[in-house]
Amino acid sequence: MNPKRTGAIVLRQFYLLRGSPARILPMFAWVAIDIVLWGFITRYLNTVASSGFNFIPAMLGAVLLWDFLVRVMQGITTAFFEDVWSRNFLNIFATPLSISEYVGGLVLSSIATSGVGLAAMLLLATTVFGLSFFVYGLLLVPFLLVLFLFGVALGVFGCAVVLRLGPSAEWLIWPVPALLSPLACVFYPLSALPVPMQYIARVLPPSWVFEAMRKVVEGGSPAPLALLWGSGLAVFYILLAGWFFTRIYRHAVRSGLIARYSAESVS
Amino acid sequence: MSAVLSVTSLRKQYGATVAVDGISFEVRRREIVGLLGPNGAGKTTTINMILGVLAPDSGAVLIDGMDLAAHRSHALERTNFAAVYSPLPGNLTVLQNLRFFGLIYGVADLTARIEAVLTQFDLDKFRHTRCGVLSSGEQTRVSLAKAMLNHPNLLLLDEPTASLDPSVARDIREKIREFTLRGQGGVLWTSHNMNEVEEVCDRVLFLSRGKILLEGNPRQLPAAHGKATLEELFIAVAREPLTLGPE
Repeated sequence: MNPKRTGAIVLRQFYLLRGSPARILPMFAWVAIDIVLWGFITRYLNTVASSGFNFIPAMLGAVLLWDFLVRVMQGITTAFFEDVWSRNFLNIFATPLSISEYVGGLVLSSIATSGVGLAAMLLLATTVFGLSFFVYGLLLVPFLLVLFLFGVALGVFGCAVVLRLGPSAEWLIWPVPALLSPLACVFYPLSALPVPMQYIARVLPPSWVFEAMRKVVEGGSPAPLALLWGSGLAVFYILLAGWFFTRIYRHAVRSGLIARYSAESVS
Repeated sequence: MSAVLSVTSLRKQYGATVAVDGISFEVRRREIVGLLGPNGAGKTTTINMILGVLAPDSGAVLIDGMDLAAHRSHALERTNFAAVYSPLPGNLTVLQNLRFFGLIYGVADLTARIEAVLTQFDLDKFRHTRCGVLSSGEQTRVSLAKAMLNHPNLLLLDEPTASLDPSVARDIREKIREFTLRGQGGVLWTSHNMNEVEEVCDRVLFLSRGKILLEGNPRQLPAAHGKATLEELFIAVAREPLTLGPE
Protein backbone atom coordinates (compact mmCIF):
# COMPACT_ATOMS: atom_id res chain seq x y z
CA MET A 1 0.00 0.00 0.00
CA ASN A 2 1.29 3.42 -0.98
CA PRO A 3 0.45 5.98 1.77
CA LYS A 4 0.69 8.90 -0.67
CA ARG A 5 -2.11 7.47 -2.78
CA THR A 6 -4.26 6.81 0.27
CA GLY A 7 -3.46 10.33 1.46
CA ALA A 8 -4.58 11.71 -1.90
CA ILE A 9 -8.09 10.39 -1.29
CA VAL A 10 -8.14 12.09 2.12
CA LEU A 11 -6.76 15.32 0.63
CA ARG A 12 -9.44 15.29 -2.05
CA GLN A 13 -12.10 14.99 0.67
CA PHE A 14 -10.48 17.85 2.58
CA TYR A 15 -10.56 20.05 -0.56
CA LEU A 16 -14.24 19.28 -1.04
CA LEU A 17 -15.13 20.00 2.58
CA ARG A 18 -13.07 23.17 2.76
CA GLY A 19 -14.89 24.80 -0.11
CA SER A 20 -18.40 23.70 0.71
CA PRO A 21 -20.57 24.70 3.70
CA ALA A 22 -23.18 22.23 2.39
CA ARG A 23 -20.71 19.43 3.15
CA ILE A 24 -19.41 20.83 6.44
CA LEU A 25 -22.77 21.52 8.11
CA PRO A 26 -24.09 17.92 8.06
CA MET A 27 -20.91 16.72 9.78
CA PHE A 28 -22.14 18.11 13.08
CA ALA A 29 -25.54 19.76 12.61
CA TRP A 30 -27.74 16.62 12.42
CA VAL A 31 -25.98 14.85 15.28
CA ALA A 32 -26.21 18.02 17.38
CA ILE A 33 -29.96 18.17 16.72
CA ASP A 34 -30.24 14.52 17.78
CA ILE A 35 -28.40 15.24 21.02
CA VAL A 36 -30.56 18.28 21.76
CA LEU A 37 -33.77 16.35 21.05
CA TRP A 38 -32.80 13.30 23.12
CA GLY A 39 -31.26 15.49 25.77
CA PHE A 40 -34.64 17.10 26.46
CA ILE A 41 -36.46 13.77 26.20
CA THR A 42 -34.18 12.16 28.78
CA ARG A 43 -34.46 15.20 31.08
CA TYR A 44 -38.22 14.94 30.88
CA LEU A 45 -38.13 11.17 31.52
CA ASN A 46 -35.96 11.77 34.58
CA THR A 47 -38.63 14.07 36.01
CA VAL A 48 -41.61 11.75 35.40
CA ALA A 49 -40.02 8.38 36.17
CA SER A 50 -40.62 7.33 39.74
CA SER A 51 -37.84 4.72 39.79
CA GLY A 52 -35.07 7.28 40.14
CA PHE A 53 -33.31 5.70 37.17
CA ASN A 54 -31.04 8.17 35.36
CA PHE A 55 -32.00 8.10 31.68
CA ILE A 56 -29.21 10.43 30.58
CA PRO A 57 -26.32 7.96 30.45
CA ALA A 58 -28.60 5.14 29.28
CA MET A 59 -30.47 6.92 26.51
CA LEU A 60 -28.51 10.04 25.62
CA GLY A 61 -25.29 8.01 25.76
CA ALA A 62 -26.89 5.42 23.49
CA VAL A 63 -27.94 8.08 20.99
CA LEU A 64 -24.42 9.49 20.97
CA LEU A 65 -22.82 6.10 20.39
CA TRP A 66 -25.32 5.13 17.69
CA ASP A 67 -24.93 8.46 15.88
CA PHE A 68 -21.16 7.92 15.96
CA LEU A 69 -21.60 4.59 14.14
CA VAL A 70 -23.90 6.23 11.59
CA ARG A 71 -21.38 9.05 11.01
CA VAL A 72 -18.58 6.53 10.45
CA MET A 73 -20.65 4.66 7.88
CA GLN A 74 -21.80 7.82 6.12
CA GLY A 75 -18.28 9.26 6.19
CA ILE A 76 -17.21 6.36 4.00
CA THR A 77 -20.23 6.28 1.72
CA THR A 78 -20.30 10.04 1.12
CA ALA A 79 -16.57 10.07 0.27
CA PHE A 80 -17.34 7.30 -2.24
CA PHE A 81 -20.44 9.11 -3.54
CA GLU A 82 -18.22 12.10 -4.38
CA ASP A 83 -16.71 9.93 -7.12
CA VAL A 84 -20.17 8.76 -8.17
CA TRP A 85 -21.59 12.28 -8.31
CA SER A 86 -18.62 13.69 -10.24
CA ARG A 87 -18.52 10.64 -12.57
CA ASN A 88 -14.90 10.18 -11.68
CA PHE A 89 -14.59 6.38 -11.77
CA LEU A 90 -12.72 6.18 -15.05
CA ASN A 91 -10.21 8.82 -13.93
CA ILE A 92 -9.74 7.16 -10.53
CA PHE A 93 -9.59 3.51 -11.49
CA ALA A 94 -7.37 4.01 -14.54
CA THR A 95 -4.59 5.17 -12.20
CA PRO A 96 -2.06 3.10 -10.17
CA LEU A 97 -4.40 3.39 -7.17
CA SER A 98 -5.20 -0.05 -5.76
CA ILE A 99 -8.53 -1.01 -4.23
CA SER A 100 -7.02 -1.29 -0.74
CA GLU A 101 -5.49 2.21 -1.10
CA TYR A 102 -8.80 3.62 -2.29
CA VAL A 103 -10.88 2.01 0.46
CA GLY A 104 -8.17 2.92 3.01
CA GLY A 105 -8.51 6.56 1.92
CA LEU A 106 -12.29 6.42 2.32
CA VAL A 107 -11.89 5.01 5.86
CA LEU A 108 -9.33 7.67 6.84
CA SER A 109 -11.62 10.39 5.48
CA SER A 110 -14.41 8.96 7.58
CA ILE A 111 -12.27 8.98 10.74
CA ALA A 112 -11.76 12.71 10.26
CA THR A 113 -15.39 13.57 9.51
CA SER A 114 -16.92 11.27 12.15
CA GLY A 115 -14.40 12.62 14.67
CA VAL A 116 -15.81 16.12 14.13
CA GLY A 117 -19.33 14.79 14.69
CA LEU A 118 -18.27 12.92 17.82
CA ALA A 119 -16.57 16.01 19.24
CA ALA A 120 -19.71 18.12 18.62
CA MET A 121 -21.90 15.50 20.30
CA LEU A 122 -19.59 15.14 23.30
CA LEU A 123 -19.46 18.88 23.76
CA LEU A 124 -23.25 19.29 23.72
CA ALA A 125 -24.06 16.17 25.73
CA THR A 126 -21.61 16.95 28.51
CA THR A 127 -21.95 20.73 28.77
CA VAL A 128 -25.69 21.15 28.17
CA PHE A 129 -27.14 17.87 29.45
CA GLY A 130 -24.55 16.80 32.00
CA LEU A 131 -23.75 13.45 30.42
CA SER A 132 -20.67 12.15 32.19
CA PHE A 133 -18.52 9.63 30.40
CA PHE A 134 -16.91 8.67 33.68
CA VAL A 135 -20.02 6.49 34.09
CA TYR A 136 -18.72 4.20 31.35
CA GLY A 137 -15.12 4.36 32.51
CA LEU A 138 -12.49 2.83 30.26
CA LEU A 139 -15.15 0.70 28.61
CA LEU A 140 -15.99 3.70 26.46
CA VAL A 141 -12.91 2.87 24.36
CA PRO A 142 -14.03 -0.66 23.32
CA PHE A 143 -17.59 0.63 22.88
CA LEU A 144 -16.40 3.25 20.37
CA LEU A 145 -13.98 0.84 18.74
CA VAL A 146 -16.58 -1.87 18.05
CA LEU A 147 -19.06 0.67 16.72
CA PHE A 148 -16.34 2.26 14.56
CA LEU A 149 -15.38 -1.10 13.06
CA PHE A 150 -18.98 -2.01 12.34
CA GLY A 151 -19.58 1.46 10.86
CA VAL A 152 -16.61 0.87 8.53
CA ALA A 153 -18.03 -2.52 7.51
CA LEU A 154 -21.44 -1.00 6.76
CA GLY A 155 -19.85 1.85 4.81
CA VAL A 156 -17.73 -0.43 2.63
CA PHE A 157 -20.74 -2.70 2.07
CA GLY A 158 -22.83 0.33 1.05
CA CYS A 159 -20.17 1.45 -1.45
CA ALA A 160 -20.14 -2.02 -3.00
CA VAL A 161 -23.92 -2.03 -3.40
CA VAL A 162 -23.86 1.36 -5.16
CA LEU A 163 -20.97 0.27 -7.35
CA ARG A 164 -22.96 -2.79 -8.40
CA LEU A 165 -26.46 -1.31 -8.72
CA GLY A 166 -25.66 2.19 -9.92
CA PRO A 167 -25.86 5.75 -8.57
CA SER A 168 -29.57 5.61 -7.78
CA ALA A 169 -28.87 2.79 -5.29
CA GLU A 170 -27.55 5.41 -2.87
CA TRP A 171 -31.20 5.75 -1.78
CA LEU A 172 -30.99 2.16 -0.56
CA ILE A 173 -27.91 2.96 1.51
CA TRP A 174 -28.98 6.09 3.40
CA PRO A 175 -31.68 4.26 5.44
CA VAL A 176 -29.49 1.26 6.37
CA PRO A 177 -28.76 2.53 9.94
CA ALA A 178 -32.46 3.17 10.51
CA LEU A 179 -33.25 -0.36 9.33
CA LEU A 180 -30.66 -1.84 11.70
CA SER A 181 -31.42 0.29 14.76
CA PRO A 182 -34.41 -1.77 16.03
CA LEU A 183 -32.22 -4.88 15.92
CA ALA A 184 -29.18 -3.16 17.41
CA CYS A 185 -31.04 -2.74 20.73
CA VAL A 186 -29.93 0.88 21.05
CA PHE A 187 -32.63 1.90 23.55
CA TYR A 188 -33.95 -1.34 25.02
CA PRO A 189 -32.48 -4.63 26.17
CA LEU A 190 -32.17 -7.60 23.88
CA SER A 191 -34.81 -9.41 25.93
CA ALA A 192 -37.40 -6.85 24.78
CA LEU A 193 -37.26 -8.29 21.27
CA PRO A 194 -39.26 -11.32 20.14
CA VAL A 195 -37.09 -14.46 20.20
CA PRO A 196 -36.56 -14.73 16.39
CA MET A 197 -35.38 -11.10 16.30
CA GLN A 198 -33.05 -11.77 19.22
CA TYR A 199 -31.16 -14.28 17.07
CA ILE A 200 -30.57 -11.58 14.44
CA ALA A 201 -29.64 -9.01 17.11
CA ARG A 202 -27.02 -11.34 18.54
CA VAL A 203 -25.07 -11.34 15.25
CA LEU A 204 -24.96 -7.53 15.16
CA PRO A 205 -21.95 -6.06 17.05
CA PRO A 206 -23.83 -2.93 18.28
CA SER A 207 -26.31 -5.04 20.28
CA TRP A 208 -23.38 -6.35 22.36
CA VAL A 209 -22.12 -2.82 22.93
CA PHE A 210 -25.50 -1.44 24.00
CA GLU A 211 -26.19 -4.43 26.26
CA ALA A 212 -22.82 -3.87 27.93
CA MET A 213 -23.44 -0.14 28.20
CA ARG A 214 -26.77 -0.65 29.98
CA LYS A 215 -25.13 -3.11 32.35
CA VAL A 216 -22.53 -0.47 33.26
CA VAL A 217 -25.17 2.24 33.75
CA GLU A 218 -27.09 -0.06 36.08
CA GLY A 219 -23.96 -0.35 38.19
CA GLY A 220 -22.86 -3.81 37.06
CA SER A 221 -19.99 -4.84 34.86
CA PRO A 222 -20.47 -6.53 31.48
CA ALA A 223 -19.16 -10.02 30.86
CA PRO A 224 -15.72 -9.67 29.20
CA LEU A 225 -16.79 -12.21 26.63
CA ALA A 226 -19.66 -9.97 25.54
CA LEU A 227 -17.39 -7.22 24.22
CA LEU A 228 -15.03 -9.79 22.80
CA TRP A 229 -17.94 -11.23 20.83
CA GLY A 230 -18.87 -7.76 19.65
CA SER A 231 -15.30 -7.04 18.54
CA GLY A 232 -14.95 -10.42 16.84
CA LEU A 233 -18.19 -9.92 14.94
CA ALA A 234 -17.16 -6.39 13.90
CA VAL A 235 -13.82 -7.65 12.54
CA PHE A 236 -15.64 -10.47 10.73
CA TYR A 237 -18.01 -7.96 9.08
CA ILE A 238 -15.11 -5.76 7.99
CA LEU A 239 -13.42 -8.72 6.32
CA LEU A 240 -16.74 -9.72 4.75
CA ALA A 241 -17.37 -6.18 3.48
CA GLY A 242 -13.82 -5.97 2.06
CA TRP A 243 -14.29 -9.29 0.28
CA PHE A 244 -17.69 -8.16 -1.03
CA PHE A 245 -16.32 -4.84 -2.34
CA THR A 246 -13.39 -6.55 -4.06
CA ARG A 247 -15.73 -9.07 -5.66
CA ILE A 248 -18.09 -6.35 -6.91
CA TYR A 249 -15.13 -4.31 -8.21
CA ARG A 250 -13.77 -7.31 -10.11
CA HIS A 251 -17.20 -7.92 -11.60
CA ALA A 252 -17.33 -4.25 -12.61
CA VAL A 253 -13.95 -4.56 -14.35
CA ARG A 254 -15.00 -7.76 -16.12
CA SER A 255 -18.33 -6.37 -17.27
CA GLY A 256 -17.06 -2.92 -18.22
CA LEU A 257 -19.20 -1.23 -15.57
CA ILE A 258 -16.35 0.93 -14.26
CA ALA A 259 -15.68 2.37 -17.69
CA ARG A 260 -19.30 3.31 -18.41
CA TYR A 261 -20.68 3.87 -14.93
CA SER A 262 -23.84 5.94 -14.88
CA ALA A 263 -27.45 5.68 -13.81
CA GLU A 264 -28.40 4.65 -17.31
CA SER A 265 -25.78 1.95 -17.79
CA VAL A 266 -26.52 -0.07 -14.69
CA SER A 267 -29.67 -1.98 -13.95
CA MET B 1 12.66 1.63 -31.23
CA SER B 2 11.42 -0.55 -28.35
CA ALA B 3 7.72 -0.88 -27.64
CA VAL B 4 6.07 1.06 -24.80
CA LEU B 5 2.84 -0.79 -25.48
CA SER B 6 2.52 -4.32 -26.70
CA VAL B 7 -0.95 -5.76 -27.16
CA THR B 8 -1.24 -9.45 -27.98
CA SER B 9 -4.38 -11.33 -29.09
CA LEU B 10 -6.65 -9.04 -27.08
CA ARG B 11 -10.28 -10.12 -27.07
CA LYS B 12 -13.45 -8.90 -25.38
CA GLN B 13 -16.93 -10.21 -25.88
CA TYR B 14 -20.21 -8.87 -24.41
CA GLY B 15 -22.81 -11.62 -24.68
CA ALA B 16 -22.99 -12.51 -28.36
CA THR B 17 -21.21 -9.32 -29.46
CA VAL B 18 -17.48 -9.51 -30.02
CA ALA B 19 -16.25 -5.98 -29.27
CA VAL B 20 -12.54 -6.68 -29.77
CA ASP B 21 -11.53 -9.77 -31.68
CA GLY B 22 -8.00 -10.91 -30.94
CA ILE B 23 -6.10 -7.79 -31.96
CA SER B 24 -2.32 -7.41 -31.68
CA PHE B 25 -0.28 -4.26 -32.15
CA GLU B 26 2.55 -2.20 -30.68
CA VAL B 27 3.24 1.44 -29.92
CA ARG B 28 6.94 2.26 -29.98
CA ARG B 29 8.83 5.00 -28.19
CA ARG B 30 8.45 8.45 -29.75
CA GLU B 31 5.72 7.17 -32.00
CA ILE B 32 2.14 8.40 -32.35
CA VAL B 33 -0.20 5.64 -33.45
CA GLY B 34 -3.72 6.49 -34.57
CA LEU B 35 -6.44 4.02 -33.66
CA LEU B 36 -9.14 4.70 -36.22
CA GLY B 37 -12.50 3.24 -36.98
CA PRO B 38 -16.22 3.94 -37.07
CA ASN B 39 -18.31 4.23 -33.93
CA GLY B 40 -18.59 0.85 -32.24
CA ALA B 41 -15.46 -0.50 -33.93
CA GLY B 42 -13.86 -1.31 -30.58
CA LYS B 43 -11.49 1.65 -30.10
CA THR B 44 -12.68 2.72 -26.65
CA THR B 45 -13.00 -0.91 -25.53
CA THR B 46 -9.36 -1.40 -26.52
CA ILE B 47 -8.28 1.74 -24.65
CA ASN B 48 -10.26 0.69 -21.56
CA MET B 49 -8.49 -2.68 -21.54
CA ILE B 50 -5.10 -0.95 -21.81
CA LEU B 51 -6.09 1.30 -18.89
CA GLY B 52 -7.00 -1.70 -16.75
CA VAL B 53 -10.62 -0.63 -16.23
CA LEU B 54 -11.91 -3.45 -18.42
CA ALA B 55 -10.65 -7.00 -18.12
CA PRO B 56 -10.04 -8.75 -21.44
CA ASP B 57 -11.46 -12.25 -21.98
CA SER B 58 -8.05 -13.25 -23.30
CA GLY B 59 -4.81 -11.74 -24.50
CA ALA B 60 -2.14 -9.65 -22.86
CA VAL B 61 -1.24 -5.98 -22.45
CA LEU B 62 2.40 -5.12 -21.74
CA ILE B 63 3.26 -1.54 -20.80
CA ASP B 64 7.00 -0.88 -20.89
CA GLY B 65 7.43 -4.65 -20.88
CA MET B 66 5.31 -5.00 -17.74
CA ASP B 67 2.26 -7.25 -17.77
CA LEU B 68 -0.75 -5.11 -16.83
CA ALA B 69 -2.66 -8.05 -15.36
CA ALA B 70 0.20 -9.04 -13.04
CA HIS B 71 1.69 -5.61 -12.21
CA ARG B 72 -1.25 -3.24 -12.55
CA SER B 73 -0.02 -0.39 -10.32
CA HIS B 74 3.54 -0.36 -11.68
CA ALA B 75 2.34 -0.53 -15.28
CA LEU B 76 -0.20 2.28 -14.78
CA GLU B 77 2.38 4.52 -13.09
CA ARG B 78 3.95 4.76 -16.55
CA THR B 79 0.67 5.48 -18.29
CA ASN B 80 -1.82 8.32 -18.42
CA PHE B 81 -4.81 9.26 -20.49
CA ALA B 82 -7.19 11.99 -21.52
CA ALA B 83 -10.61 11.32 -22.97
CA VAL B 84 -13.24 13.77 -24.06
CA TYR B 85 -15.91 11.74 -22.22
CA SER B 86 -14.03 11.69 -18.92
CA PRO B 87 -13.45 15.25 -17.66
CA LEU B 88 -11.81 15.77 -14.29
CA PRO B 89 -14.12 16.35 -11.29
CA GLY B 90 -15.85 19.69 -11.72
CA ASN B 91 -16.09 20.30 -7.98
CA LEU B 92 -12.30 20.63 -7.57
CA THR B 93 -10.16 23.51 -8.84
CA VAL B 94 -7.55 22.97 -11.54
CA LEU B 95 -4.77 23.07 -8.95
CA GLN B 96 -6.57 20.66 -6.60
CA ASN B 97 -7.21 18.19 -9.42
CA LEU B 98 -3.59 18.29 -10.52
CA ARG B 99 -2.33 17.82 -6.95
CA PHE B 100 -4.76 14.96 -6.32
CA PHE B 101 -3.83 13.05 -9.47
CA GLY B 102 -0.16 13.94 -9.09
CA LEU B 103 -0.10 12.25 -5.68
CA ILE B 104 -1.86 9.19 -7.04
CA TYR B 105 0.62 8.89 -9.92
CA GLY B 106 3.53 9.40 -7.53
CA VAL B 107 4.91 12.44 -9.40
CA ALA B 108 8.28 13.55 -8.08
CA ASP B 109 8.67 17.24 -7.14
CA LEU B 110 4.94 17.66 -7.66
CA THR B 111 4.64 21.40 -7.01
CA ALA B 112 7.21 22.26 -9.68
CA ARG B 113 5.69 19.78 -12.11
CA ILE B 114 2.21 21.26 -11.60
CA GLU B 115 3.59 24.74 -12.34
CA ALA B 116 5.22 23.40 -15.50
CA VAL B 117 2.04 21.86 -16.91
CA LEU B 118 -0.04 24.91 -15.93
CA THR B 119 2.32 27.02 -18.02
CA GLN B 120 2.55 24.46 -20.81
CA PHE B 121 -1.23 24.32 -21.27
CA ASP B 122 -1.83 28.01 -20.57
CA LEU B 123 -3.88 27.26 -17.47
CA ASP B 124 -2.19 29.56 -15.02
CA LYS B 125 -5.10 32.00 -14.80
CA PHE B 126 -7.51 29.12 -14.05
CA ARG B 127 -5.47 27.53 -11.26
CA HIS B 128 -8.07 28.40 -8.59
CA THR B 129 -11.11 27.91 -10.83
CA ARG B 130 -13.33 24.88 -10.36
CA CYS B 131 -13.07 22.65 -13.41
CA GLY B 132 -16.86 22.41 -13.71
CA VAL B 133 -17.17 26.07 -14.70
CA LEU B 134 -14.47 25.97 -17.38
CA SER B 135 -15.41 25.82 -21.07
CA SER B 136 -15.15 22.39 -22.70
CA GLY B 137 -11.95 23.44 -24.45
CA GLU B 138 -10.41 24.58 -21.18
CA GLN B 139 -11.48 21.33 -19.50
CA THR B 140 -9.78 19.39 -22.27
CA ARG B 141 -6.58 21.33 -21.62
CA VAL B 142 -6.82 20.48 -17.90
CA SER B 143 -7.29 16.80 -18.79
CA LEU B 144 -4.23 16.96 -21.02
CA ALA B 145 -2.22 18.70 -18.30
CA LYS B 146 -3.17 15.88 -15.92
CA ALA B 147 -2.27 13.33 -18.61
CA MET B 148 1.22 14.82 -18.97
CA LEU B 149 1.78 15.26 -15.23
CA ASN B 150 3.68 12.01 -14.64
CA HIS B 151 5.79 12.11 -17.84
CA PRO B 152 4.01 8.97 -19.05
CA ASN B 153 5.80 6.50 -21.25
CA LEU B 154 2.45 5.59 -22.72
CA LEU B 155 -0.13 8.30 -23.36
CA LEU B 156 -3.65 7.29 -24.38
CA LEU B 157 -5.72 10.02 -25.98
CA ASP B 158 -9.33 9.33 -26.90
CA GLU B 159 -10.46 12.14 -29.22
CA PRO B 160 -8.42 14.74 -27.32
CA THR B 161 -9.19 17.62 -29.67
CA ALA B 162 -12.90 16.88 -30.21
CA SER B 163 -14.13 19.93 -28.30
CA LEU B 164 -11.39 22.38 -29.24
CA ASP B 165 -11.47 25.20 -31.76
CA PRO B 166 -9.06 24.75 -34.71
CA SER B 167 -6.47 27.12 -33.29
CA VAL B 168 -6.32 25.47 -29.85
CA ALA B 169 -6.50 22.02 -31.45
CA ARG B 170 -3.42 22.81 -33.54
CA ASP B 171 -1.61 24.04 -30.46
CA ILE B 172 -2.48 20.84 -28.60
CA ARG B 173 -1.31 18.69 -31.52
CA GLU B 174 2.01 20.51 -31.47
CA LYS B 175 2.38 19.90 -27.75
CA ILE B 176 1.71 16.21 -28.13
CA ARG B 177 4.12 16.00 -31.05
CA GLU B 178 6.69 17.73 -28.86
CA PHE B 179 5.99 15.20 -26.12
CA THR B 180 7.08 12.35 -28.38
CA LEU B 181 10.02 14.21 -29.90
CA ARG B 182 11.58 15.30 -26.61
CA GLY B 183 10.76 12.39 -24.36
CA GLN B 184 10.68 8.62 -24.41
CA GLY B 185 6.91 8.30 -24.60
CA GLY B 186 4.60 6.82 -27.20
CA VAL B 187 1.03 7.85 -27.91
CA LEU B 188 -2.08 5.90 -28.87
CA TRP B 189 -4.53 8.40 -30.32
CA THR B 190 -8.12 8.03 -31.47
CA SER B 191 -9.74 10.66 -33.58
CA HIS B 192 -12.43 11.08 -36.23
CA ASN B 193 -10.60 14.04 -37.74
CA MET B 194 -8.65 12.49 -40.60
CA ASN B 195 -6.73 15.67 -41.42
CA GLU B 196 -5.49 15.71 -37.86
CA VAL B 197 -4.52 12.05 -38.02
CA GLU B 198 -2.59 12.60 -41.24
CA GLU B 199 -0.77 15.54 -39.68
CA VAL B 200 0.09 13.93 -36.36
CA CYS B 201 0.25 10.15 -36.56
CA ASP B 202 3.29 8.17 -37.64
CA ARG B 203 1.20 5.08 -38.15
CA VAL B 204 -2.50 4.22 -38.10
CA LEU B 205 -4.50 1.11 -37.33
CA PHE B 206 -7.95 0.83 -38.89
CA LEU B 207 -10.30 -1.05 -36.61
CA SER B 208 -13.63 -2.42 -37.76
CA ARG B 209 -15.91 -4.84 -35.93
CA GLY B 210 -13.20 -5.47 -33.38
CA LYS B 211 -10.48 -6.42 -35.86
CA ILE B 212 -7.54 -4.49 -37.27
CA LEU B 213 -8.23 -4.26 -40.99
CA LEU B 214 -5.39 -2.03 -42.14
CA GLU B 215 -2.16 -0.69 -40.75
CA GLY B 216 0.35 1.74 -42.15
CA ASN B 217 1.54 5.28 -42.75
CA PRO B 218 -1.53 7.58 -42.90
CA ARG B 219 0.01 9.54 -45.77
CA GLN B 220 0.62 6.46 -47.92
CA LEU B 221 -2.22 4.15 -46.93
CA PRO B 222 -5.03 5.82 -48.99
CA ALA B 223 -3.15 5.51 -52.28
CA ALA B 224 -2.19 1.92 -51.52
CA HIS B 225 -5.91 1.10 -51.33
CA GLY B 226 -7.03 3.18 -54.30
CA LYS B 227 -8.41 6.10 -52.32
CA ALA B 228 -7.60 9.78 -52.67
CA THR B 229 -7.68 10.70 -49.00
CA LEU B 230 -7.57 9.14 -45.56
CA GLU B 231 -11.17 10.26 -45.05
CA GLU B 232 -12.27 8.31 -48.14
CA LEU B 233 -10.41 5.28 -46.84
CA PHE B 234 -12.09 5.71 -43.44
CA ILE B 235 -15.54 5.80 -45.09
CA ALA B 236 -14.70 2.70 -47.11
CA VAL B 237 -13.63 0.87 -43.94
CA ALA B 238 -16.83 1.93 -42.19
CA ARG B 239 -19.12 0.95 -45.07
CA GLU B 240 -17.40 -1.97 -46.76
CA PRO B 241 -14.98 -3.50 -44.26
CA LEU B 242 -15.05 -6.88 -46.03
CA THR B 243 -13.49 -5.43 -49.19
CA LEU B 244 -10.51 -4.06 -47.25
CA GLY B 245 -9.52 -6.97 -45.04
CA PRO B 246 -5.89 -7.86 -44.40
CA GLU B 247 -4.15 -9.32 -47.40
